[in-house]
Amino acid sequence: MKIRKAGAIMAGAALALSLTACGEDGGNAGGGGGGGNGEQPYIAIVSKGFQHQFWQAVKNGAEEEAEKQGARVTFVGPPTESDVEEQINMLTNDLAKSPAAIGFAALDSQSAEPLLQQAKSQNIPVIAFDSGVDSDVPVTTVSTDNKAAAAEAAKHMSELVGGKGKVALVVHDQTSKSGTDRRDGFMEWMEQNAPDIEVLEPQYGGGDQLESANITKSIISANPDLKGIYAANEGSAIGVIKGVEESGKTGLKLVGFDSGKAQVDAIRDGSMAGAVTQDPVNMGRELVIAAMKAIDGEELPKSIDTGFKWYDKSNIDDAEIKAVLYE
Amino acid sequence: MTALETPPRESVAGGGFAAVAKGRLQQLLAFASLIAIFAFFSVASPFFFTYGNFTAILFSTVVIGTLAIGTTFVIITGGIDLAVGTGMALCAVMSGVFIVNMDLPLVVGLVATVLFGGMMGLINGINIALLKIPPFIATLAMMLVAEGLALVVSDSAPIYFSEEPSYTKISTGNLIPGVEFPNAVLVLIVVAVIAGVLLTKTVLGRYTYSIGSNEEATALSGIDVRKWKIAIYAFAGLFTGLAGIMISARLGSAQPATGMGYELQAIAAVVIGGTSLSGGKGSILGTLIGALIISTLNNGLQIMSIPQEWQNVILGCVILVAVYTDILRKKEA
Repeated sequence: MKIRKAGAIMAGAALALSLTACGEDGGNAGGGGGGGNGEQPYIAIVSKGFQHQFWQAVKNGAEEEAEKQGARVTFVGPPTESDVEEQINMLTNDLAKSPAAIGFAALDSQSAEPLLQQAKSQNIPVIAFDSGVDSDVPVTTVSTDNKAAAAEAAKHMSELVGGKGKVALVVHDQTSKSGTDRRDGFMEWMEQNAPDIEVLEPQYGGGDQLESANITKSIISANPDLKGIYAANEGSAIGVIKGVEESGKTGLKLVGFDSGKAQVDAIRDGSMAGAVTQDPVNMGRELVIAAMKAIDGEELPKSIDTGFKWYDKSNIDDAEIKAVLYE
Repeated sequence: MTALETPPRESVAGGGFAAVAKGRLQQLLAFASLIAIFAFFSVASPFFFTYGNFTAILFSTVVIGTLAIGTTFVIITGGIDLAVGTGMALCAVMSGVFIVNMDLPLVVGLVATVLFGGMMGLINGINIALLKIPPFIATLAMMLVAEGLALVVSDSAPIYFSEEPSYTKISTGNLIPGVEFPNAVLVLIVVAVIAGVLLTKTVLGRYTYSIGSNEEATALSGIDVRKWKIAIYAFAGLFTGLAGIMISARLGSAQPATGMGYELQAIAAVVIGGTSLSGGKGSILGTLIGALIISTLNNGLQIMSIPQEWQNVILGCVILVAVYTDILRKKEA
């Protein structure tokens, strides 16, 4: 019985200790702990993810801007982009803190609707970011204009292949908004501006590197006169690079999307011509700017474009490009 | 609520008053931790101690709690079930297939979904008891099968219950008039009471403990261990089915890619609640407290605006402490 009691006491003590220790730690890092009643307006951000480079960049941008504007932000997100319930719990918890504004990137718009309505009834403005939230609650949507970014990729592809020849697309999927926008933006630009370029039927590799590599190899063997391949996200791009390398074909012009170490390396060594990238840091910044405006009751446009950048061997080491690339 | 408590029957220790006291104390410890955590957060944040936040915590406990109740039975037999997370996603998808795609009456669809969960448990049970595949491997395989099937059946896209407003009411409605108390929590309470009664007052529960304490002795005493093991896994599977309903009703959609990782949270809840991974000991009340500790920590740490990196660190520490006390308890026995 004695050992048990000791164990119980130790357990309790350890728990209390770890809680207070981390509590203090967190309080400092979070900039003032749980109190949202201070002078700084508090913006709660619920993202689609948390540990990925992309989301960390959004977080950094948001924190940077918040510091500039004298606001306080918290940034949370579920471990994977399929944890819809966990994201709903996070949004619930953040609503309980009565923030001055909420930044939200919905994994599933419909599931979040009741909570968005709750935010509305509490008069908390919601700013959607990254992808649109299918609801009339958000006051604005801060996101990359994927169609415009894909058109930029098309423009560079057209220049690279000299305005004529066959070009293929390897896209991550045909169901998500980013997938369709990055496909359509590319194809529409080509249709309108490059009549001599033949765009092959888009192929979908689920963003999976291996699958995209296999697709790339079959495209190459089916089209010996192929001039270039456009890959619509990081996974597709790595797959395309791999597939071209395995096929042994040279002289193909590759254009990618996003960044990541493998893609950046390929652009450095010339196996990929260049890529368009979103600007996650700017997304975080614009999110906080929009939130502050919403808190002040200012009118906001329906959507805010956070921009994109084209990068290739020539500008990859520029400071402003380096800032938006992640490894 | 007596049905939820640890049963006095402790086959190895020989029963008696000491054993009862021991079981109670372990639960008391878990409960005391819960109270301590509550008190801590109430002092630490002005947003924690509100009715709205309490229901938020309870609401977020429902899915893990339901899975953890089923897992409690399996773990008391000395087994493990890794398939409950993705199995839940598959059941959610099946619920969508039954109710949305096949347009079955709501009640029929619900029953079919719960039974589908039971069927997955049945297959686990057969693989474990008859084919002698270790529970860890058998349910790991089922975890992968369910993960894949959920995507195959749903065509990798969520199934929405927009045409079935009564379906989401199962989770988000308020049955108690005039009070903001989600139905999902009521479901969890009812299910917990039923599970508690079954575990403590029926032959199913008795054999669950008995197999976990000493499988050989149980077999020697003339009980068909294989048959009962299959029954227990199948029974536990029903909770996977129910959890599939509860998560899809809350979200208004069956999300096929979700669920991975829920099995570990369920196991954590069971272990924090004082159920021994080596079998033979455990209770539904303890599991509920364990699930509440996890969801209270998740809620409170976020409300305190503690960075997310730290939240998992703290959760991990709590699990370590819980398991360590379990070890201390066993050393003494």
